[in-house]
Amino acid sequence: MPVSLKKTPMPCQPPEERIRNFQEVALGYTEEQARMEAERCLQCKKAPCRQGCPVEIDIPAFINFIKQGDFESAIKKIKEKNNLPAICGRVCPQENQCEKYCTLSKKGEPVAIGRLERFVADYELARGESELPTLPPPTGFKVAVVGSGPAGLTAAADLARMGHKVTVFEALHVPGGVLMYGIPEFRLPKRIVQAEVDYIRRLGVEIRTNSVVGKMVTVDELLENGYDAVFIGTGAGLPYFMGIPGENLLGVYSANEFLTRTNLMKAYLFPQYLTPIKVGERVAVIGAGNVAMDAARTALRLGAKKSMIVYRRSAEEMPARKEEVENAREEGVEFHFLTSPVEFHGDEAGWVKRMTCIRYELGEPDASGRRRPVPVPGSEYHMEADTVVIAIGQGPNPLVLRTTPGLELTKKGTIAADEETGATSRPGVFAGGDIVTGAATVILAMGAGKKAARAIDAYLREKGRRSHG
Amino acid sequence: MYRIVKKKELAKNIKLIEVEAPMVAAKAAAGQFVILRIDEPGERIPLTIADFNREQGTITMIFQEVGYTTRKLGELKEGDFLADFVGPLGQPSEIEKYGRVVCVGGGVGVAPVYPIARALKEAGNEVISIIGARNRELLILEEEMRAVSDELLVATDDGSYGRKGFVTELLDEVLRRNGRVDRVWAIGPVVMMRAVAEVTRPFGIPTIVSMNPIMVDGTGMCGACRVSVGGETKFACVDGPEFDAHLVDWDLALRRLNMYREEEAQALAYHSGEGGNCRCQ
Repeated sequence: MPVSLKKTPMPCQPPEERIRNFQEVALGYTEEQARMEAERCLQCKKAPCRQGCPVEIDIPAFINFIKQGDFESAIKKIKEKNNLPAICGRVCPQENQCEKYCTLSKKGEPVAIGRLERFVADYELARGESELPTLPPPTGFKVAVVGSGPAGLTAAADLARMGHKVTVFEALHVPGGVLMYGIPEFRLPKRIVQAEVDYIRRLGVEIRTNSVVGKMVTVDELLENGYDAVFIGTGAGLPYFMGIPGENLLGVYSANEFLTRTNLMKAYLFPQYLTPIKVGERVAVIGAGNVAMDAARTALRLGAKKSMIVYRRSAEEMPARKEEVENAREEGVEFHFLTSPVEFHGDEAGWVKRMTCIRYELGEPDASGRRRPVPVPGSEYHMEADTVVIAIGQGPNPLVLRTTPGLELTKKGTIAADEETGATSRPGVFAGGDIVTGAATVILAMGAGKKAARAIDAYLREKGRRSHG
Repeated sequence: MYRIVKKKELAKNIKLIEVEAPMVAAKAAAGQFVILRIDEPGERIPLTIADFNREQGTITMIFQEVGYTTRKLGELKEGDFLADFVGPLGQPSEIEKYGRVVCVGGGVGVAPVYPIARALKEAGNEVISIIGARNRELLILEEEMRAVSDELLVATDDGSYGRKGFVTELLDEVLRRNGRVDRVWAIGPVVMMRAVAEVTRPFGIPTIVSMNPIMVDGTGMCGACRVSVGGETKFACVDGPEFDAHLVDWDLALRRLNMYREEEAQALAYHSGEGGNCRCQ
């Protein structure tokens, strides 16, 4: 039988239904669907898919186990490399990674590697407590990990599996970082995140919440008080605003605030949960990345009649994943391209009511390789909006950086770190994820955490040799 | 979990709690704040640090019961636990020897003024303190403030104690007396801090206020707490909470503080079955 050119479709909630709830949109494969999809894998000798995986999963091997119906071996194979498979299976941009290199993608759709990863991860979570890998004897080294987002959790898990004692310091009241405060419930259920975090705890990692490094304790104090190395994975938590008039009007939110109130603080369950959020009838989300799509889709679920993406470039330049754009479109999110606000206007009580926008056209390519948006003089017009969410990007949070003398930064204000090892200008201090790259993806942060864990392990072993030699 | 080791009612609806948080106490300084959450469905609320004890590892906060969360906090007893407690957040007050300083505290705002006045006194300043409340029953920390001040002046709105009138009237008199005042600190309701700014402005005296906007994370992540200072947007949680009183956009601060009025009443009604008459400020 010839291999189907199409991926086995994954069941999902119909758009008209899902915009009224916060439950997960994509429902995951059944066993039959997973095995049918696994059958499509050609088991290529060279396995080109593997070069696209930042955490080096043996993709054909785990898919082969699924083919045979041996789901337990499949998840074990994935977990050799990836400690957060249920998360990756949901939020990795597979189309730019493993699936991009799949041999099938030359003629049709690639194997749905992400969906298969999700399937076996969920299979294991549904069966309760998962099996732990055998841990090596303790090395006696202690590592502090700052931040419990994708980079920090990955580094922590890998270091624990190398026998080091790891303590994670998290500023918020729950671990997970952007997986908890940023990515919405309907894309990544929070119980899934906490199940993966629990697995990392069971590897022996201690997670201390409510611990703001840079305020409660500094990196230097950690190094002075018994930690042999520090990994900084504090992410891109500082919201950028546009710096235009009216931005402080009531009803103008940063995407971070809008999503944090909804996801972390569960404002969608207000007043049972006590954190409120205000969403009007016409919501304008400025920006077109994944965060913007999350905000626009969240606004609909919070009761907005109209949710609009307002973007100064065109559809082609949108940084969001195609799948997320598609989901947003299906749900009725409107797209306004080649336009951006230059001023917000409010009513007498100070609530935002409308924006003055200016139209753009595309000029020559800029540093990012995308065509530069150029404002069209005299093209100003009004757009009504009673809630605005600014989703034009996030920068590095300065709390740790300001309090760590000698830590070299880049021009962007991110930490200058070696791409392969995460080593910074300070011996024993490593960094990875968005705090190094600027806002990027979950999987790239995990890849950086993985590389840093390896480098920290090497650093500690070298340190051990020197002190004993 | 963070244990409440001491609880006291200082006045009607004004309560003091002392919470065990050794790591926070080790670093706390005058002018900083904490964020706490009582339990799982709870919201994160910022409270300014009223005192800290490094030896015992505790932080003291004094708060007025205005909404559902502060009321619930007020119902907790010694030995009860808070789910979350994080700090010390924000920048500490800039304490140095300025010469003669005036510390103004209004209502529950006297609480965060206290450690600042104490630190200023310890730094060798002559400290004149002015505290006020609506009436005698609502006046807090009088003895504590007297102990760290060279001179203490008291005002009540209804004249039931001290001078009848507002703290700003006493401040104006102090500034008109002989002798230079080098710096003024003022903490209290937004309208009081704005009035203090207008009193000191003609004298050109540097005046510091502590802003108490709505916050979520308190670490610079969300921008809920933005204040406009001299036309520039600042985050009170990481850039503040103290700012130059003469540069703050007070109208904006008031509006942003009241942004969730309706929801606050709704939450109160939902959880306590009451009408939710807001008694803030």
